[in-house]
Amino acid sequence: MAKELWKGNEAIAEAALRAGVEAYFGYPITPQTELLEYMAREIPNYEGRVFLQAESELAAINMVYGAACGGARTMTSSSSPGVSLMMEGLSYIAGTEVPIVLVDIMRGGPGLGNIQPSQGDYFQMTKSLGHGDYHAIVLAPSTVQEAVDLTYEAFALAEAYRTVVVILADGAIGQMMEPVELPEPRPVMTEAARPSWALRGAKGRERRVLSSLYMGSERLEQLNLRLQERLREAEAREQRWEEVMTDDADILIVAFGTVGRICKTVVKAARNQGLKAGLFRPISLWPFPEERLQALASSVDQVLVVEMNAGQMLLDVRAAVAGRAPVHFLGRLGGVVPLPDEIGQEIDKLASMAAGNGVQVTPAVKTGANGAAPVTEIATGPEV
Amino acid sequence: MTFLPDGIAASGIDGADLVYERPAALSDVPTHYCPGCTHGLIHRLIAEVIDELQIRERTLCVAPVGCAVFAYTYFNVDGCEAAHGRAPAMATGLKRIQPDKIVFTYQGDGDLAAIGTNEIIHAANRGEKLTVIFVNNANYGMTGGQMAPTTLAGMVTTSSPYGRDVSSVGQPMRVAELIAALPGTAYVVRRSVHNVANIRKTKAAIKTAFQVQMEGLGLSLVEVLSSCPTNWRLKPADALRWIEDEMVPVFPIGDYRVADQVVPLTRRRSSRRNGK
Repeated sequence: MAKELWKGNEAIAEAALRAGVEAYFGYPITPQTELLEYMAREIPNYEGRVFLQAESELAAINMVYGAACGGARTMTSSSSPGVSLMMEGLSYIAGTEVPIVLVDIMRGGPGLGNIQPSQGDYFQMTKSLGHGDYHAIVLAPSTVQEAVDLTYEAFALAEAYRTVVVILADGAIGQMMEPVELPEPRPVMTEAARPSWALRGAKGRERRVLSSLYMGSERLEQLNLRLQERLREAEAREQRWEEVMTDDADILIVAFGTVGRICKTVVKAARNQGLKAGLFRPISLWPFPEERLQALASSVDQVLVVEMNAGQMLLDVRAAVAGRAPVHFLGRLGGVVPLPDEIGQEIDKLASMAAGNGVQVTPAVKTGANGAAPVTEIATGPEV
Repeated sequence: MTFLPDGIAASGIDGADLVYERPAALSDVPTHYCPGCTHGLIHRLIAEVIDELQIRERTLCVAPVGCAVFAYTYFNVDGCEAAHGRAPAMATGLKRIQPDKIVFTYQGDGDLAAIGTNEIIHAANRGEKLTVIFVNNANYGMTGGQMAPTTLAGMVTTSSPYGRDVSSVGQPMRVAELIAALPGTAYVVRRSVHNVANIRKTKAAIKTAFQVQMEGLGLSLVEVLSSCPTNWRLKPADALRWIEDEMVPVFPIGDYRVADQVVPLTRRRSSRRNGK
């Protein structure tokens, strides 16, 4: 199939339709709204599939929950403040062990924040997804093509592990247009293929119950142990990452999503200057690809984590590196996307320090251009 | 001596003598409800209606958070558990992907009239083809009798220890009247189970509510005034009298929305009954 130019949000929606999604429930929020709009436009062309714009993200995730209990392949999408509202439903979905796909196109926060690309939801998606003890599988694309491929695959992963699968991208991926190759359409699930736990009416069989309520603590522990067992399987099988020129790298950059892609440019520029830089780009943020990162950390002098947040993946990197190399950090906040030059300067600094007396730089959040004081932006238009 | 069905069988009563069987739509398990509480009675009415309409094998139940949290255990139909107040949204998802199924939510007044107000209003406004059984007992039963939106003016609860002060927390919320105002509803009524005549009327209303869904006419909601002897600190019989004396004047029994297409459903039944 020839490549076509697609906008990120719309490409994700089309990939979900081709993956056989039967029901989409969502609520508009910038910068993911085109995904909802695409579903509104396209789903009526498919017989038997459902689109509904909910009255809130709370309602949307609970509609997804209901449809998933019915055994339907179902999804929703939102952006950071909307995803916060979905946390209650996500916890119930995890406790009830029904598969769903959630697309989070992150924006700047906290609070209403802004609509610029950010990676501020890393903690929420990988560490604190609603109350209780569980994880979602979290996949972070860095291109529109990768967003398409991961979305297409997400439904199979959700069904295999009976869990929430999150496509964690940011406003840049959602809004940019790139040439992509779309996958072949997959048929929707047949009635015979419905999972054995799906609520389809107790015709000729015992009734089925889907619930996350376990009054006895030992019974609830059993549920949790079952969830953990499945998560351990995912940890063993689903660690994904990309490496760029890591074989002989002295300085290893670790970055995901949009920043991971920018860091590819940085690595190439550094190599042109004779600096041995390499990139480790986690694709699965949970499970975090810690084993490979640990192995790489043993063979490099320095690790630099670059994120569009105050240092969230940084903690996972530190845990994986476990003291094998010094870990430095560069973060931009509030929806600022770091530029290749800015990251390149940080690499230069680390290289010169390594060449000097080996003094470590203190990991710090960069607060403004060239390390200057934070700049207060003046609103120039109506808030979205 | 045992009163369990096994015990009845052992006592020598055979099927031919049974005139009051357990509905097939009700599971053979003991319920957890307090003595004198009318949840069990309302469950039975719903189960009888499901049997009479022969829809047990295609009915899906969405249970609430609150006293009826185990409803999916008691109804012998496929069932699931919603987050507090979100049953109408969850039921929307279930029904939209399976329009041939009959989906009902069973919700208390904390669930539907407080935390879930948004979900019920929008499900009703969209005209979701759902049936909502709304049990109003004027307090939060499960958590030990706190003030609900439906708590009566001046009523003492554990969280309104000096009596509900309407100047501060508002008047009791009249859900049937509120929901009936929304155009997506086809049938919204308030009934009560404080005596036999009203129990019979409640069952008739529940039957109409399910028929409204079967005919795809819009959302149907039956508000049922129900007793809570434990939290009201009343004997079961006194609690039923309290419904009649205190609740009915505030929450009048009546039909708040009966869409034109629903009228024949109610007439058909009354004419059949008259014909007998």
